[in-house]
Amino acid sequence: MEELIQRGAEAEIYRSTWKGRPVVIKRRTEKSYRLPDIDRILRRQRTRQEALLLSAARRGGTATPIIYDVDLSAAAITMEYVAGRRVKDCIDALDEPEQQRICQKIGEGVAGLHRQDIVHGDITTSNLIMSRGRMYFIDFGLGEKSSAMEDRGVDLHLLMEAFAAAHRHPDLFSWVMEAYEAAVPWGREVRRKVADIAERGRYVVRE
Amino acid sequence: MICLGIEGTAHTVGVGIVQDSAPVILANVSCMYAPVSGGIHPRDAANHHAGVVVDVLRQALDEAQMDVEDIDVIGFSMGPGLGPCLRTVATAARSLALYTRKPLVGVNHCIAHLEIGRKMTEARDPVLLYVSGGNTQVIAFLNGRYRVFGETLDIGIGNCLDKFGRELGMPFPAGPAIERKARNGRCYLPLPYPVKGMDVAFSGILTAALAKREEASLPDLCFSLQETCFAMLTEVTERAVAHTGKSEVLLGGGVAANRRLQDMVASMAAARGAASFCPPRSLLVDNGAMIAWTALLMHRHGLTTPVEESHIRQNFRTDEVAVTWRS
Repeated sequence: MEELIQRGAEAEIYRSTWKGRPVVIKRRTEKSYRLPDIDRILRRQRTRQEALLLSAARRGGTATPIIYDVDLSAAAITMEYVAGRRVKDCIDALDEPEQQRICQKIGEGVAGLHRQDIVHGDITTSNLIMSRGRMYFIDFGLGEKSSAMEDRGVDLHLLMEAFAAAHRHPDLFSWVMEAYEAAVPWGREVRRKVADIAERGRYVVRE
Repeated sequence: MICLGIEGTAHTVGVGIVQDSAPVILANVSCMYAPVSGGIHPRDAANHHAGVVVDVLRQALDEAQMDVEDIDVIGFSMGPGLGPCLRTVATAARSLALYTRKPLVGVNHCIAHLEIGRKMTEARDPVLLYVSGGNTQVIAFLNGRYRVFGETLDIGIGNCLDKFGRELGMPFPAGPAIERKARNGRCYLPLPYPVKGMDVAFSGILTAALAKREEASLPDLCFSLQETCFAMLTEVTERAVAHTGKSEVLLGGGVAANRRLQDMVASMAAARGAASFCPPRSLLVDNGAMIAWTALLMHRHGLTTPVEESHIRQNFRTDEVAVTWRS
């Protein structure tokens, strides 16, 4: 039995069971708007990449769902069901110390990924789940292997934009950066990158 | 209330006259600068605007069968855009406001694309895919502002198409010619597909597409370029729709006049159970009516721009404007 629990932008997420375990199946659906030639390649590539990165991140100590099965022709990954709350849905309602604690866990989690030379590529608050006291990172579909400071900066800059676009508290990102800087030796360099990247954006007011 | 708006952020100088009640648009007249060769030269474009703005204004008043005294509010495109063009049109708007002793309202050009779409289609709270020469943004309303959820990291999609077309001998703007050629394209040539979260980038695709010009036919090149770029734009729009939980998609900007892009976005929206809306071409491209309508909305909510504070803003960001006219 599969139950559709979420229709994301590029994939449908189903709840199901696999050998008696509760799982989610992430299936990248065909996009009718896109040329089949492009669609097939993208879905296959992203599924494969995501599976590789999910397991590599996990080996590096960042919480991600365990992968049980990968079916490239169906562009589907079967993985552990993580019971918890999306940061997007809960952070605005929390009190400040709790928000700060969550941001610290996000910063440490990103640091863990970057130490494994993984950039997530889509760190938004929709892709972060608090579960059993751990910060789970999901949806590595746009991630890649990279140790470039530029890519690390882009990774964090995306989160900065996500906070600015969808959340109210102005300090969320600076708390993430503090935790990140404390966890990696290249923290200051990436902080400068994030500022650089923001400056490069279009129509930025320059003081 | 009757509002006259002047647009002049880039190649088009446009004057629109609108009112609160139907029919909203009383006049919408434009004159576009087309460079003899190469891209838009900001100074030449500004000279063009200075030369024609009075005529365009007169034509708009004739079309609306009005005198300049009948106007209650003067709106103008404050930015973002090319400095010389913005300054020329702002000067025209200021003169008109001082002469008629009517209030002036400076309008954000990107927001005007969204507001005219909301007024002239059934979209109420859409995610806007705004695609033009200089701008490529995915915008939606959240917490009192129009937020940019995704945008180009380098050049605008229209700029990408124009540069591609110019290299292959097509006239400016190249979008319509590329669209026609693409209809005969059959073979897809793989191109990079740079989507970063909700952001996109086009300069790499442009380089890659031009590098294939010897080995591929022009229709196949145009087809591949369109299919790749528009799929990326549709994808990031879908991401914004999923992320914001909104159920409407709106198109804006000159590139949105492309039927293939319209079809892709409509097909994406339909698959998600969302509605998609596309204003007529005259309101997709840069036009005075959208500036007039947005100025009217703003003025109705007590906003004016004193002449001494009406300096233009080349880097005017969409999310800087407190959108007090929407709750």
